[in-house]
Amino acid sequence: MSTTTTIVTGGKATARRSSRRVEPIYYLFLLPTLVLFTLAITVPGIIGIFFSFTDSIGLGEWNFTGLTNYIAIFSDPAILQSYLFTFGFSVATVIVVNIAAFLLAVGLTAQIRFKKALRTVFVIPMVISGIIIAYVFNFLFSNSVPQAGASLGIPWLETSLLANPDLAWVAIVIVTAWQAIPGTLLIYIAGLLSVPGDVYEAAGLDGASKTQQLLRITLPLVAGYVVINIILGFKGFLNAYDIIVGLTGGGPGTATRSVAMSIILGFNGGDYAYQMANAALFFIVAVVISLLQLSLTRGRNTLS
Amino acid sequence: MTALNQPALAFEQAELAVPSRRGARVRRVGAERINWSATTILVLCTLTVLLPLYVTISMALKSGTQVVDGNAFSFPSPISFDGFVQAWTLTKFPVGLAVSLFVTAGTVVATIVLAAFASYAIARNWDRKLFRYSFFYLLAAMFIPFPVVALPQIQLTGRVGLDNPVGVIILATMFQLSFSVLLFTAFLRSIPLELEESARIDGATTWQTFWRLIFPLLAPMSATVGIFAFLYAWNDFMMPSLIISDPALQTLPVRQNLFQTQFSNNYNVAFASYLMAMAPAIVAYLFTQRWVMAGVTQGAVKG
Repeated sequence: MSTTTTIVTGGKATARRSSRRVEPIYYLFLLPTLVLFTLAITVPGIIGIFFSFTDSIGLGEWNFTGLTNYIAIFSDPAILQSYLFTFGFSVATVIVVNIAAFLLAVGLTAQIRFKKALRTVFVIPMVISGIIIAYVFNFLFSNSVPQAGASLGIPWLETSLLANPDLAWVAIVIVTAWQAIPGTLLIYIAGLLSVPGDVYEAAGLDGASKTQQLLRITLPLVAGYVVINIILGFKGFLNAYDIIVGLTGGGPGTATRSVAMSIILGFNGGDYAYQMANAALFFIVAVVISLLQLSLTRGRNTLS
Repeated sequence: MTALNQPALAFEQAELAVPSRRGARVRRVGAERINWSATTILVLCTLTVLLPLYVTISMALKSGTQVVDGNAFSFPSPISFDGFVQAWTLTKFPVGLAVSLFVTAGTVVATIVLAAFASYAIARNWDRKLFRYSFFYLLAAMFIPFPVVALPQIQLTGRVGLDNPVGVIILATMFQLSFSVLLFTAFLRSIPLELEESARIDGATTWQTFWRLIFPLLAPMSATVGIFAFLYAWNDFMMPSLIISDPALQTLPVRQNLFQTQFSNNYNVAFASYLMAMAPAIVAYLFTQRWVMAGVTQGAVKG
């Protein structure tokens, strides 16, 4: 149940079968997938890295320009802003999602009525397309909230959140969290259910309050699940695109333009090679986070 | 959440003095006392989920004249299906639905079959370098977010005539592969080899062993892999919007984007369109929620 990314070295199998020949059908099982995978992901990846050292606009002639693109990226305020926005947004969303999902999970594993129905409802957002729910929220943010603000006489609510360059990211955090909470919630529920009940009984007998039990017992015992949720969430949020398209389209101006969005816009803007350098950089960021994930989750495994 | 547990505390401390009476709450001993304050708060929290859905449904059911006032929360009166009728023809909903179903079904089937094939070959030939390295090679895709390779993929698919739903199926499957292979191989290692050996003694070929014995055993993992592939393929906007070049062949989520300007202020048409695009997945979820919840939990915890 609680295993993660276990990369097993097949000790027993090795000893046993090293002498035999591999049945040809196994190649049939594996090779088509390998070829397809190489053509679909590896080749585009290599092409992308190759062109990041050129001045290509995506078609026609091109010249090698060495590291020019990479040097330019580090002094490009637009790129810098997209990274700042993407990281800031991801950190904020991870915090919101994990706190909300954890508290909901605590509630949903408590002695409550309508447990099944409540769980059903809370998981619904997971199956809804990000861009579609973003359009629904777009309407609420630009019509309903300002209307409510006007009738309640709250001036700062009267203008749409989405039109405010300083606050539009809040709307994106809200909608992304809305959609991401269910997956996180399910993992926390699994984590909370794995904590044996007698631990609480003992703590209760020792006079620990509910809050103390939550912070001192529950939280440390589900720490591994917290790590998984934070990293999976962060990795996902870094690729933010769909919900931003539906809410702000990257605006107002370029205030909410994510890294994914700036890479993709490069295709139309004639910045192909430049954005490929950006993509290569983004790839490195993704690798670092994935390695962090591997080391952290593996560390957890040895602990438990 | 912690605050709402406070009132119960006094009670419990009182109870501690007389441990034999009424087991304390939550998962301890008896399961008698219902935590009503937690229930109430959770029910109120469902509003955050249900309100946007209510707005979608009520806006979709409003008439073109009622919708102009922009009041999201009012009941539709009279109830009108104009929005649905217009959205149906405007966005060519049947075509969009067919494309979305095709892409989703294709991705789910291809992911399960290809990943199961590859995992089986890898797990049973782990002692061979080719297979072992293939595992890590396929796994490496977990490091690559789609935006990183998106631009070259757009060009390549365009050049080889895969700038269509088939191309999306192939790419989506490849992106699902590493996670799926990880789940399948972990599971395959837990299946005792003796089981297969007895099938082979009975004269079954590897192909037969796979389909008659292994694939059925993989069913719970296939469900998990399939659910993730379904949620990804059905809901994704970024990949189909970039890969499929003919707008007439776009999936439902992309259609909502394409028709944004044409919906303009006809909110009933827009929301009817949104509703029709989300409804199939929600209905499917309501009927299969047990498996969806179990699958997602299993997949996320293992992946």
